[in-house]
Amino acid sequence: MTAYWAILSARFRMLLQYRAAALAGLFCQVIFGLIAIMVYEAFYASTERRPPMTFSQLVGYVWLGQAMLGMLPWRPDGEVQGIIRSGAVAYELLRPMDLYSLWYSRAVALRVAPTLLRAAPMFLLAMFGLPLLGLGEWALTAPASWAAAGAWIVAMAAALLLSCAVTMLINISLIPSAGSDGVSIVLMAAVTFFSGMVIPLPLFPDWLRPLLEATPFAGLMDTPFRLYTGHYPPSATMELIVRQLLWTLALILLGRWLLACSMRKLVIQGG
Amino acid sequence: MTDVLYLYGRYIGVSVRGQMQYPVTFVVQSLGILLVTGMEFVGIWAMFDRFGNLRGWTLPQIAFLYGLVSVTFAFADAMARGFDMFSGTVRRGDFDRILARPRSTVLQLAGQELTLRRVGRLAQGLTILTWAVLALDLTWSAPTAGLLLLTIVGGVCLFSGLVVLQATMCFWTTESLEVWNAFTYGGVVAAQYPLNIYRAWFRQFLTCVVPVACVTYFPALAMMDRADPLGSPRWFQCVAPLAGPIFMLIALQAWRVGVRHYTSTGS
Repeated sequence: MTAYWAILSARFRMLLQYRAAALAGLFCQVIFGLIAIMVYEAFYASTERRPPMTFSQLVGYVWLGQAMLGMLPWRPDGEVQGIIRSGAVAYELLRPMDLYSLWYSRAVALRVAPTLLRAAPMFLLAMFGLPLLGLGEWALTAPASWAAAGAWIVAMAAALLLSCAVTMLINISLIPSAGSDGVSIVLMAAVTFFSGMVIPLPLFPDWLRPLLEATPFAGLMDTPFRLYTGHYPPSATMELIVRQLLWTLALILLGRWLLACSMRKLVIQGG
Repeated sequence: MTDVLYLYGRYIGVSVRGQMQYPVTFVVQSLGILLVTGMEFVGIWAMFDRFGNLRGWTLPQIAFLYGLVSVTFAFADAMARGFDMFSGTVRRGDFDRILARPRSTVLQLAGQELTLRRVGRLAQGLTILTWAVLALDLTWSAPTAGLLLLTIVGGVCLFSGLVVLQATMCFWTTESLEVWNAFTYGGVVAAQYPLNIYRAWFRQFLTCVVPVACVTYFPALAMMDRADPLGSPRWFQCVAPLAGPIFMLIALQAWRVGVRHYTSTGS
């Protein structure tokens, strides 16, 4: 366990070095968030029909999405991709550690470090910065209630575990093609769409929603965001988190099985 | 001039042949881009399914704007790749070699790569644009077709100009400025929707500072024969795409200043 912890903390410190890049990323995300909100605002003003979520819930959803973007598993772990491409998987196998757990702890650092860097300033900007600029109605509001805040934190923790399980699937999908994108592109597109990052899942047509909410990817972003904004009542927390954890377990088992299969067929070229 | 075109053709030929060494990678990456951008449009469809209209605009009208942006950005993104990767060229000291050759730096960088996988976005954009034209039942005449061509050329100039400006910054910062992505990609996203839905300050930004509205919204109104809710006159809508080439010329001027300022990293 100490070994995995060391891997995690070393990677973590390395990722925290890139502060200027984080600042640039923050600026881009604020702009994207603002454009999205302006578009949604226009849609909301265009109809008499009652939308499935209030405008303030929608604004909260957008800013939470921008704040938590670092946790979205939309890319493979660059380091693992390099390891697969260069054939260094052989070295990884020589370590007296379980390969899946090794890469999984890397993934935890990869997802947590940028999120910590970006989430805090994003929250400050979206909650307090925008009202100062006179854009109060576009600001992120506090969680719907204390219960909602608590549910959100637990759901984010579960989302992290789920996100790393998905990252592992993307990593493993790179092995058969020696590091070039293939299946991974499809996975990444699915992650972005089904987690609610294209448009919030509640806004999809009502007949499509049960289907969208059933995919494992809904647990990555959509579930915690709706708990925060009060779109899901806090009483639904237990069921939602069990669903996130069951999907995590299923994806970890799938990932372990796929990794074992590809290790059996692994060919290391000499050199 | 013919010499320049000939050389550009040779550069592009080399780049294309290089990428075609990995045909499967090319096909997979193009399909990937097609899938990702396709999902973006599914999102827009879902919004119209729920809300019916966007400040009086229908889905085919938005699709027309969306298709225009997608097509022009796909071209610009494929052609300006050499400038897009310019921070690496400066950091590695490769720009010294480019300066040593008796041809213009712009030509050499433009010829560095024609990114074929952007065909995924181009295909998506063309499909949506075609669907929009059919659904809107537009009447085509020579002037309308000319305006469409001018709009696309103008858009390619504008988006390439943005990438050239981003590369120009590297002369001072060496590192690529990611902040610039807010203008490039932010402009792409913002131009997918009609200008009249935005607040006044953002409208002015999209018309005067980074004039993406001039190569999408205004000419699109003229082509759709629709009155502008913001009240711009028809003649302005028709000449607006010229903002693209003007922007490009300004960007190239800035580039020239940057080249004069260049000091090698010495690596």
